[in-house]
Amino acid sequence: MERKIEEVLESLNPDERAILPFLREGDLKKISLQSKIDELRTSRALQFLGNKGILKLDYEKKKLIDLDDNGIIYMKNSLPERRLLNLLSDKKTIGFENAKKESGLSENEFKVSLGVLKKKAMISLSRGKLILEAKKEEIIKKSLEEQFLESLPLKLEELKPEQKLAFQNLKSRKNIIILIEEKQVIVNLTELGKEIITKDLGKTKNMIEALTPEIIKSGSWKGKKFRRYDIKSPVPKIYGGKRHFVNQAMDYARKIWTELGFQEMSGNLTQTGFWNFDALFTAQDHPVREMQDTFYIKDIQAKLPDKKLVNAVKKSHEQGVDGSKGWQYKWNEEDAKKVLLRTHTTCLSAKTLSELKNKKGKFFAIGKVFRNETIDWSHGFEFNQTEGIVIDKDANFRHLLGYLKEFFNKMGFENIKFTPAYFPYTEPSVEIQWFHPERKVWLELGGAGIFRPELTIPLLGEHIPILAWGPGFDRTIMDYYNIKDLRELYENNIIKLRKKKFWLK
Amino acid sequence: MPYLDKMANIKLSRKEFERYIRINPEIERKISMFGTPLESINENEVEIEIFPNRPDLLSLQGYLRGFLAFLGKKTGLKKYKLQPPLENYEVKIDKSVKEVRPFTACAIVKNLNFDSEKIKEIIDIQEKIHTTLGRDRKKIAIGIYPLEKISLPIRYEARKPEDIKFIPLEMDKEMSGLQILQRHPTGREYAHLLKDKEKFPIFIDSKDKILSMPPIINSHKTGKITEKTKEVFIECSGFDFEILSKTLNILVTMLADMGGKIYQMKLNYDKEKITPNLTPEKMKINLENINKLLGLELSEKESKKLLEKMGYDYKDKEVLIPAWRTDILHEVDIAEDIAIAYGYENFIPEIPEISTIGSEDKKEIIKRKISEILAGLNFLEISSYHLVTKNELKKTRQKSEIEIEKSKTEYKFLRPCLLTSMLKILSENIDNEYPQKLFEIGKVFSRNIDNETGIEEKEKLIVSITPGNFTELKQVLEYLEEMLSIKLEIQESENESFIPGRIGKIIFNGKDIGTIGEIKPSLLKSAHLKMPLSLMEIELDDILEKLVV
Repeated sequence: MERKIEEVLESLNPDERAILPFLREGDLKKISLQSKIDELRTSRALQFLGNKGILKLDYEKKKLIDLDDNGIIYMKNSLPERRLLNLLSDKKTIGFENAKKESGLSENEFKVSLGVLKKKAMISLSRGKLILEAKKEEIIKKSLEEQFLESLPLKLEELKPEQKLAFQNLKSRKNIIILIEEKQVIVNLTELGKEIITKDLGKTKNMIEALTPEIIKSGSWKGKKFRRYDIKSPVPKIYGGKRHFVNQAMDYARKIWTELGFQEMSGNLTQTGFWNFDALFTAQDHPVREMQDTFYIKDIQAKLPDKKLVNAVKKSHEQGVDGSKGWQYKWNEEDAKKVLLRTHTTCLSAKTLSELKNKKGKFFAIGKVFRNETIDWSHGFEFNQTEGIVIDKDANFRHLLGYLKEFFNKMGFENIKFTPAYFPYTEPSVEIQWFHPERKVWLELGGAGIFRPELTIPLLGEHIPILAWGPGFDRTIMDYYNIKDLRELYENNIIKLRKKKFWLK
Repeated sequence: MPYLDKMANIKLSRKEFERYIRINPEIERKISMFGTPLESINENEVEIEIFPNRPDLLSLQGYLRGFLAFLGKKTGLKKYKLQPPLENYEVKIDKSVKEVRPFTACAIVKNLNFDSEKIKEIIDIQEKIHTTLGRDRKKIAIGIYPLEKISLPIRYEARKPEDIKFIPLEMDKEMSGLQILQRHPTGREYAHLLKDKEKFPIFIDSKDKILSMPPIINSHKTGKITEKTKEVFIECSGFDFEILSKTLNILVTMLADMGGKIYQMKLNYDKEKITPNLTPEKMKINLENINKLLGLELSEKESKKLLEKMGYDYKDKEVLIPAWRTDILHEVDIAEDIAIAYGYENFIPEIPEISTIGSEDKKEIIKRKISEILAGLNFLEISSYHLVTKNELKKTRQKSEIEIEKSKTEYKFLRPCLLTSMLKILSENIDNEYPQKLFEIGKVFSRNIDNETGIEEKEKLIVSITPGNFTELKQVLEYLEEMLSIKLEIQESENESFIPGRIGKIIFNGKDIGTIGEIKPSLLKSAHLKMPLSLMEIELDDILEKLVV
């Protein structure tokens, strides 16, 4: 016990020491008054003493009556009825209009004053004139209301009968009094506390508070003790600057791709119909090319790449290549010239292929793609996609599955399976599904496949099987952060961003 | 590579389904591995997603035909008996349709026994083909009519809309072609398909009764099959005879699987054609190529067996493709079916040994470094949409040169700067703890006719401090300058968003690349901001260009 007492004494900060002698007062307000430490600091010091086991705090709610805005003014200038009474005690009798003017009261104050004085039979009203009825001693005497206002603040529960009456009268009048709920903080000393307040604080007076350069330099710390801190007491929170969590996740994906030996492709968000669709063997009457699904830019027309490539793509659509039948329609250059917001990063793959010299390599892209959609918890018009292609003469379907497995495992998706799927520009196509360990369901992670010859021949000049996959990325981010509403990725609420955890992969 | 196609789900009666295949967990798994994801299943219904390349699976009959083969129960190309045309089983195609809807493929099916369930199935598959393969009736419109109400032969011709008069389905009065487009609900929905056409196509029988006006609507009198219907006339109209003919095949084989007897019809085009034609198409395949593509070593015998599981026949290096398959353009399509028959789960994933060196886009690395520098200065990165609304632009006094067509939301403009979203985000956070130090790196858009798309995309950085002043932000700029080892210069400038005398333009390599300063109170007010704000917006392209070299 003695050791404990000593430790506690050594841990008292100046405010705690200052209020310690007055703890027996039992209530925050009184302690603050006696110790001359303001209420906020007293309150904090009491909390700390509580943490140290010296006391326990109880909170009681009390209703308190105090002056309101008008009340404060009336206390200075006296109540309106007093001002009217003073006027009358001078004049004894006065015309209604003159009284209003000379009293300097507002319309409302005048009306109320009349009522109050009449009710107390201190004046009467006759033929448009006010007549004083009260006797001199009555006039001099303070009214119940005046006495009541002077004695504020008062506790509602402790009102005397005549105070209750004054309270009722004043309550209905405009902003004279106000009812405040006040928290009363009651201090109960513990056994330890009772012990400590009897101790001599003198010994702890000269303890070192904050260590300063002067103390270090002068050596004045020698032989002195440092005040002990309550290391368990809570401290104000701070938040640092950081990258947006979506971008942290994107960088992680970049890391995975580069570890797997892929080279990054980059390019514009605005693309031509040619690169986004035609070069990818997407038929011109395909529903995805309608404005319903794709954002087209108004009043703008693009330039097409060199004629040779355009003609090769056109031929692939119209009659097919390499024994394929193609789409068997008339390909329209105007559709290819439309400008749009890319609907997938696959347009970057198409460009990369068309510029490829040595016809091999591994490439990836990551970035925003767009779809003409409304916004709700599971939809948006902007989202993040990542995409990889492998160009290799000997590549095959099993390799595709191998890359997918490796990629998704690295992204943190352990239990995955492959099912058949359909995309207009890959064959075979595959859907990657992931078994969600908590939700116990299979979820789609994205599509993959081997580019069709109708796509590769125009771009590369020959058919090389190109493995391609392009999972959406938002689901990965949402799953990691346990976000249920897609909109949260884009809302930029500073509180949430400050608190958002780091991407720890 | 997300989904690009309209999806069609079919709901099959579990009872009907189980007359052929008992459903158990293994079968449920197999449904998905057949390339038709099982969407849901309960005691009454099996819901299956059919990808747009397989319209032949859109009916119970079509689905069972494919799936039974896949399970190894009835493998190989299914054969159907066709009856040659009887007298007057003929559709006369008038030249007038050439300009409007040039082709049709037709058939008659007899010996039918419909119940309400079957009629629903027929209506369902029509609808689904219309919306998917038929591109909302543009490419394909299907009509099915009770034969007993029709007098053969039939004519397919085009007439002026005012010369077309019949009672359309769901109406009780005769209407003209034009009236149908203007007043009939279905007419209005599909009016765009005949808009600007001088003449509208019709099917009409030998007693001059109009059967329908494709692709819009059938006649009330002859255009509806009922449970009493035993024989039907089917037509598919559109622009590509081959696809119409395959659609017809999907329909007649479905009816044949319901017990119907298929009769061919003579179509007298310039050169007479007879439909339906179920002769399988032959495609030569190279098994070596297919094995190479799939990474397998299948023998010819194994391949044949797998092909038969997908409903094909195989003979002398040739695949016989069912006449109802619309999706086989190339050998790779056959390869995928072999892979499905082999089972995706049976492929052993493998990563080949090709060594490549991975690398990030160099500009991305520098952008990340800039972000890290700013994060080190306690700045928080935000991430906003590339599209902005008219109202957001107005509030921040900005203009966009680039507008989107028919956006489904208020977001209709490509952002001209990052300021607009920054001010918007600040205004959404006015009650959150200050100081707020934010930054964003992102693309902004302007017109440039020299570019491929006519649009210039610039990479920009925006940094803001609120409450903040010029000095604090200049410190940040100078720190960036130092850390990136670049030389920037601030020159006096003016701009309607910033307080005069507290704004500078930022010069890099002699070029104006941005602005730094304190935002005018009037702009703060119009953007609903309460606190002083210092802000800089800088084009990064030249800096990135220099730093990556």
